[in-house]
Amino acid sequence: MSADLATYNFAYLDEQTKRMIRRAILKAIAIPGYQVPFASREMPMPYGWGTGGVQVTASIIGPDDVLKVIDQGADDTTNAVSIRAFFQKVADVAVTTHTKDATIIQTRHRIPEQKLTEGQVLVYQVPIPEPLRFLEPRETETRKMHALEEYGLMHVKLYEDIAINGRISKTYAYPVKVDGRYVMDPSPTPKFDNPKMHMSDALQLFGAGREKRIYAVPPHTEVVSLDFEDYPFEIQTFEQDCALCGAHGVYLDEVVLDDKGGRMFVCSDTDHCEDRREHGHVGAMLAQDSVKGQEAAE
Amino acid sequence: MYVAVKGGEAAITNAHRLLADRRRGDRTLPSITIEQVAEQLGLAVDRVMAEASLHDRSLAALAVRQSRGDLIEAIFLLRAYRTTLPRFGSSVPLDTATMQVERRVSATYKDLPGGQLLGPTFDYTHRLLDPSLLADEAVDEPASREAGGEEVMRVSDILAHEGLIEPDGDLPQDHEAGDLTREPMEFPMGRDLRLQALARGDEGFLLALGYSTQRGYGRNHPFVGEIRIGEVEVEMDIPELGFAVSLGRIRVTECQMVNQFKGSSKAPPQFTRGYGLVFGQSERKAMSMSLVDRALRAEELGEDITAPAQDEEFVISHSDNVQATGFVEHLKLPHYVDFQAELAMVRRMRADIEAARNGETEMKDAAE
Amino acid sequence: MATNTEAFSGGFSNPVFESQSIFRMLMDGMARPGTVRDVEHDAGQPEPLGQAAGAIALTLCDHDTPVWLSAGYAKSSVADWIGFHSGAPMTREKAEARFAFVEAGAALSSFGLFSAGTQEYPDRSTTLVIEVAGLDEGQSFTLSGPGILQTRSVEISGLPEAFLRLWADNRPLFPRGIDVILTAGRRFICLPRTTRITA
Repeated sequence: MSADLATYNFAYLDEQTKRMIRRAILKAIAIPGYQVPFASREMPMPYGWGTGGVQVTASIIGPDDVLKVIDQGADDTTNAVSIRAFFQKVADVAVTTHTKDATIIQTRHRIPEQKLTEGQVLVYQVPIPEPLRFLEPRETETRKMHALEEYGLMHVKLYEDIAINGRISKTYAYPVKVDGRYVMDPSPTPKFDNPKMHMSDALQLFGAGREKRIYAVPPHTEVVSLDFEDYPFEIQTFEQDCALCGAHGVYLDEVVLDDKGGRMFVCSDTDHCEDRREHGHVGAMLAQDSVKGQEAAE
Repeated sequence: MYVAVKGGEAAITNAHRLLADRRRGDRTLPSITIEQVAEQLGLAVDRVMAEASLHDRSLAALAVRQSRGDLIEAIFLLRAYRTTLPRFGSSVPLDTATMQVERRVSATYKDLPGGQLLGPTFDYTHRLLDPSLLADEAVDEPASREAGGEEVMRVSDILAHEGLIEPDGDLPQDHEAGDLTREPMEFPMGRDLRLQALARGDEGFLLALGYSTQRGYGRNHPFVGEIRIGEVEVEMDIPELGFAVSLGRIRVTECQMVNQFKGSSKAPPQFTRGYGLVFGQSERKAMSMSLVDRALRAEELGEDITAPAQDEEFVISHSDNVQATGFVEHLKLPHYVDFQAELAMVRRMRADIEAARNGETEMKDAAE
Repeated sequence: MATNTEAFSGGFSNPVFESQSIFRMLMDGMARPGTVRDVEHDAGQPEPLGQAAGAIALTLCDHDTPVWLSAGYAKSSVADWIGFHSGAPMTREKAEARFAFVEAGAALSSFGLFSAGTQEYPDRSTTLVIEVAGLDEGQSFTLSGPGILQTRSVEISGLPEAFLRLWADNRPLFPRGIDVILTAGRRFICLPRTTRITA
């Protein structure tokens, strides 16, 4: 046993693995929404915890990049912290929590509120890349359905939902059609975020490590959420504003305050919320607190 | 006021510190050495090597210790290390006919050339807890026979001699065995890749599937043609030298299952094969693997696919415990964004129903 | 032998970072078809391979990617150079090639023999790297499709005559199809199969 156990290449992956992933990424961009199979590697974090996103990020990242990692919209959730620390260790890369400063944003379950720009790449961690999987568990079958552009079953399923629940009850991982051809799983982001994928200025890459698939949406590409004429796609709306920064029309987390039904809503995108507060925006709860604080001081 | 949870970093550091403390346990006890793990918990080390697809006893022992004895965690540690290793080439196929057998049993013949050799087995031990192990009493040296070193013929060769068992499979001369750690998996897969997947598959999962075939879910009438455990030579062709050089010896367990026979208008009835080969000493795994291998040959042999163990996509997609544990355990990661979406949907649907009900009552009231 | 020294010379001086940087240009180029990228790294490729084409070969090719070369490249030391530095096997079968390199001025009669992938696996297709005379001036073309906000115009000189017709045949195969990288010395643009080109 030797001490050189811990010598790894820049960004952990060996060069041959990176080349293989890079080739898959180029094909993924050339065929928007199509899932390219790749020989996913074991990573030093568990499958299902972002190994696909990590492999994509590791294959594209360079010394000049600035990395942001979010989970549930937040930079300080434990898995985001862990992945960010991993890249700091193996790629010695600059990191940030500011969406606007990042060149690569790796995400689980959210798209930042702030509009992404040309120079940015959004890397999604994907658990189940196959949007048809909940209809058909077999890869051999779903691959055929994509090949034949046979998506009728998906529409039937969504319509059944309407018949039973009165509306499409799917709230996250809501299927989209990319550039008019492939039905794609947007990863388990709330459908609130689906419209942000449409004609985005940024390149969007998706990595599913355990399922060994990479797919992509190039910038300025049509991404349409599946729906029906009589039941058009609609996103979640929140009656409340963020209690901390007063933001409206953003995705909110419900925070339970006590065991008597007390709750508040705050931005799920922590950077967006902090940025707003720095710029003087004040939500209801913060305003209340500052009044209390002043009274106490007087 | 509400303060968002911060300090994930500190929490993680502290958790890992506590983990290290628990791993070490009572400091008044001597800490366990890698050599002790490799020597005295050898079968745990074997399992870790087998399912990590990396033959290195010391590193596997380190992984067992680092994982506090959680073998799936240890397998994961060793796999994650394995992926970072450069690939120099592939070895010449192991020749288990030349194995220095330490154990060799057959259920199909009472007596056979080379004999039955029990070796270091738990079989026929009475499963009574042994207090002598508490006292660390001296252990007798093993009895050993004269060093023979002669090769022991394989039971399958005895049957093959008479043409009673199907041939070993005929891969084209230029067939290069696939490598499922380097290429994306695709279904249906060749038997070479399938056996690779089974060899690193979870012992418990394969055991349960093998068991299910015995209970009627894809029955294939197995007999243990032979189980052999022992050391074999690993050789690699060096093109520059023009011959194969030895890289060393490793212990493996091989199981050849002799299964239900089959005949057709073209071929006379023959027994069929199920095959298992595992690093180290792991009879349970090798036997389960050969049962499942045979079950997965259903399509090739023209049998109806009716049971889970015969379903290649189902078996192979779920046999990898590192993948399985990652995905099952990822459910403990935060999912509150999606849960929020579901929460809002359920509230909204309940409000719809409530509104519809109120509407009905009002109508009734108005009618009365 | 002169060819041999040529084959063994050059290569990336810092493979990890140079290939990362070239790859990012390729990724951004594929994501934004028609945008011109400039390769500063000199990989010391032998004539007549251009600087961009040489760097792309070293960035993307290896043991797993059979490479096809047009006649002009095939009879130069380009094959040995790519083979030595990347380990990629050369193939005469267009359908086997993951990458094909075409020298400037070579006649292109068809894309048909290159692999367009299958309907199930459209990614298993050849990427063509075609050298042209220039990417800064010449005939003007209009591009549209994914990665392009409305339209983008590019100027190309020395585009093989049959290219537009071949490209028009490639587009309807979607999702199958070949992808193209046009190189001109240090510069290159990417044309994924989704891009529509009008003169």
